[in-house]
Amino acid sequence: MNFLDQIWLIPLFPLLGAALMLLLGKRLDPQPASDVAVAPGVEPVHDDHGHGDAHGHAHGHGHAHAHGNDHAHGHAHSPLKVLINFLCPGMILLSFLLSAAAVWQLSQKPERMHQVIQFTWIAGLPFHMANGHLATFQMDWGFLLDPLSSVMILVVTGVGFLIHVYSTGYMAHDGGYYRFFGYLNLFVFFMLMLVLANNYTLLFVGWEGVGLCSYLLIGFYIHKKSATDAGIKAFVVNRVGDAGFVLGMLLMLSVLGTVRFTDVNSILHSGRFGVESGGFGVLSLIALLMFFGATGKSAQVPLYVWLPDAMEGPTPVSALIHAATMVTAGVYMVARSAALFQLAPKASMIVAIIGAFTAILAASIALVQNDIKRVLAYSTVSQLGYMFLAAGVGAYWVAIFHLFTHAFFKALLFLCSGSVIHALGGEQDMRRMGALKDKIPVTHWTMWVGSIAIAGIPGFAGFFSKDEILWQAYSSPLGSTALYVVGLATAAMTAFYMWRLMNMTFYGKSHVAPEVAAHIHESPASMTVPLSLLAVGSVLAGWLGTPKLWNLPEAFRAFEAWLAPAFESPLIKAGGETGQNASMEWTLMLTSVVVALIGIYVARVLYHQKPELSDRMETSFQRIHTVLYNKWYVDEAYNYVFVNGMCKGGGEALGAFDRNVVDGGVNGAGWLTRFSAKVSMWWDTWIVDGAVRFTAFFVKILSYPVCLLQTGRVQAYAFFVLAGALVMFGYYVVR
Amino acid sequence: MHPITTMHYLALSAALLLIGTIGVLTRRNIVIILMSIELILNAVNINLVAFSHAFKDVSGQIFAIFVITDAVAEAAVGLGILIALFRNKETVLADEIDLLKW
Amino acid sequence: MLIDTVFFYLFALLTLGGAIFTITRRNAVHSAISLIVSLLGVAGLYLLQHAEFLFAVQIVLYVGGIMVLFLFVIMLVNLDQAAKERQFNRQWTVALAAVAAVAAEIGYFFYRGQDAFHFAESTAAPAASPGNTEVLAEALFREYLLPFEIASVLLLVAVVGSVVMAKKRI
Repeated sequence: MNFLDQIWLIPLFPLLGAALMLLLGKRLDPQPASDVAVAPGVEPVHDDHGHGDAHGHAHGHGHAHAHGNDHAHGHAHSPLKVLINFLCPGMILLSFLLSAAAVWQLSQKPERMHQVIQFTWIAGLPFHMANGHLATFQMDWGFLLDPLSSVMILVVTGVGFLIHVYSTGYMAHDGGYYRFFGYLNLFVFFMLMLVLANNYTLLFVGWEGVGLCSYLLIGFYIHKKSATDAGIKAFVVNRVGDAGFVLGMLLMLSVLGTVRFTDVNSILHSGRFGVESGGFGVLSLIALLMFFGATGKSAQVPLYVWLPDAMEGPTPVSALIHAATMVTAGVYMVARSAALFQLAPKASMIVAIIGAFTAILAASIALVQNDIKRVLAYSTVSQLGYMFLAAGVGAYWVAIFHLFTHAFFKALLFLCSGSVIHALGGEQDMRRMGALKDKIPVTHWTMWVGSIAIAGIPGFAGFFSKDEILWQAYSSPLGSTALYVVGLATAAMTAFYMWRLMNMTFYGKSHVAPEVAAHIHESPASMTVPLSLLAVGSVLAGWLGTPKLWNLPEAFRAFEAWLAPAFESPLIKAGGETGQNASMEWTLMLTSVVVALIGIYVARVLYHQKPELSDRMETSFQRIHTVLYNKWYVDEAYNYVFVNGMCKGGGEALGAFDRNVVDGGVNGAGWLTRFSAKVSMWWDTWIVDGAVRFTAFFVKILSYPVCLLQTGRVQAYAFFVLAGALVMFGYYVVR
Repeated sequence: MHPITTMHYLALSAALLLIGTIGVLTRRNIVIILMSIELILNAVNINLVAFSHAFKDVSGQIFAIFVITDAVAEAAVGLGILIALFRNKETVLADEIDLLKW
Repeated sequence: MLIDTVFFYLFALLTLGGAIFTITRRNAVHSAISLIVSLLGVAGLYLLQHAEFLFAVQIVLYVGGIMVLFLFVIMLVNLDQAAKERQFNRQWTVALAAVAAVAAEIGYFFYRGQDAFHFAESTAAPAASPGNTEVLAEALFREYLLPFEIASVLLLVAVVGSVVMAKKRI
């Protein structure tokens, strides 16, 4: 069976699930549970974990992980919930299987690219390009499967499936069950559209769609104002970025005449456009505009402010959308536009600089946050910065590699934190946790794996990808030592704050509130099994991209080889070791490991062995601490400038304009009309009527002398006759 | 003495005319005015007859006859008007009949 | 001839004197009588001009008809009150001035045109010429028949008109 031609089915399955859920879910729900999704922190209710064992068997992943505590599940779960539990994750599983099959078939093809065009969506609108040529705007509903998109679909469907399974346990006693899964499936559909699209416009459809689903899922707890506010913030900030994306896309259309990936790449590789090494040309502008969109979607400076607030949504949402998939869309898009960025080195450098800056900024904020999910959110921003750093210096496969490994361990970390929160009945503040190691062992060990991975300890996934990034930052022609140093500092901070998190949560003294402590329990199997699987992935995933230095068999460098066809370009020889020798690489590798270990040790000292030291440091560095704790006051600045300044001020200015200018104009027109009416009236009364009256008056005046002649006496008339005769004959006298 | 020429008759006629005119314009009594009008007509008749005699043409006298006829008619009607006027306004003075004034 | 001159001046005197008295008398009857005298003078002048028929008509019609009518009306109208009023109206100065101007004008015409008034004077009528009345009749009923008829209509109109005007109730 030719799976390659059926890749259109891959997004279709989740769409089906979403449609069923969203259109029929409310009708099928026998017990009219209110849509009020009560956040775990608001009302700690633990009555059932009924679905745990049922799913432990249904999905035959027979990993025998120790289930902490088995609760009696006497709760009669509704049939609808069971249906949803099978249907929605099942759809994702189907997509995953189909993706795997299609990728396998792709690997058999020599040219490693398969394009399926379903139909033409918008056909044949002719338009003028920037250079005056006539081009046809054609947009098709087409899917492209090449190495890059194959990695993405496997990540999205694989991790997505595990998170769906996790959600069946996590969201078990929340209302709005069908709505949650409907949105989640819809999100996966849009994400798959995004990565499978064969042109930028269809990518943008998916881009917008995931933004929409992010909004819906962040604001899932509709009765909590902070959640809905966060949803709106995410959507609006995303939209700001999307404006840049659309502009970039239109400019690309104008310059290149097409938005299809294959056509764009062929044009850019053909040599028609030279490398813009000098300054900023039109390609750099396109690249920067699209990167602006990526900053919105992937939470980079300046549009990262929505991601920490997005933690208001349920934890599976944070894991899926804001760790593994949606936020990586920006990185995917930049990688997809590799040909473009290769021709615009200055723009690429800007990407790298912003990536590095974001990485260190977010890491610095994460150092002092107390909400467990906030720490992970800032960590995500920081790691995304690493990915853009890699993409910016030209190492696109490294960026995707880090995306790949990051999906595993970040999803793992989020799900673990969800498990911790679930165990504590909704508590998210780390200062009220502690000494949970023995009480929730599975969660603890899987989170330990994830933390080691993100810290960059050799053997675990994060080490390989992060180390490769640091090496490329140092050695690539577009990289520099400064970028490397920033990356290294960020790595240190990453190790530190992750282990701060671990120590505060699992080790040391327990600060848990007594009434909460009584109910601590391990999560059900539906939650712990995905955790375990992700932990395995966090360990093994990295071994696909070992450095050349280690001289392992070719299979251990499969990732780079697999992705190479997607990024190769006849113009640019993608970075070989330019003059840096192997010893430098070893040195840097060791440095990063040492720095990570130092970070872990310092965290241990400050938060486990001598916790009072951390409090003393906090007070002695009060001002720095306040600044970091308040996220560098970025949100406040945005609020002041944009929300108050532009929106309110703009609204007031426009209101004043409307009142004074527009209404003033109208009023003025009315006044002018009345005034001119007055003038007309005056004119009519005095000039026109005056002329008429004057004529009459004049005639009357003239008549006065004449009236005197009409005496009524006949003799006077006779006299005039005589006088007339006199005058008449007088004529003959004088003649 | 010089012979009486036509000129004398003309001068006489002119004088009579002027006297009649003075009477018309000057007297207030309507009867006197009507009589003055008769004087004027007679002056005209004298003129006509003088010229008829001078040109040996009888047309002048015929014209004079018609003038007399006319004078008769006019005097009759005029006196009728006077009577009517006197009946209504109890006056025969021309000055006092000035209703048709401004 | 001398006798013509004398008679001329006599009749002229009568005419003009009567005229002057006509216009200046306070009593209307006096004015009427003066007018009669003047008309008689005019008749005499007609006779001097060999217009016998007109002389007769003048006496009969004018004096005997019109002046009698005048006298009747004067009696009818009772002019005693009028006799006590001011006789001359207020415009007499201006009228006099105008008439003087007209007189001057007529005098000027006479002066300038006196050469045109030289006619062949024939004092004696030819022996076998018809009389004035016959000649008049001939002309009147032959050439001037139409004006004659119109004049009769005019008289008719005048009669009717004066009767209507004088009636108390029409």
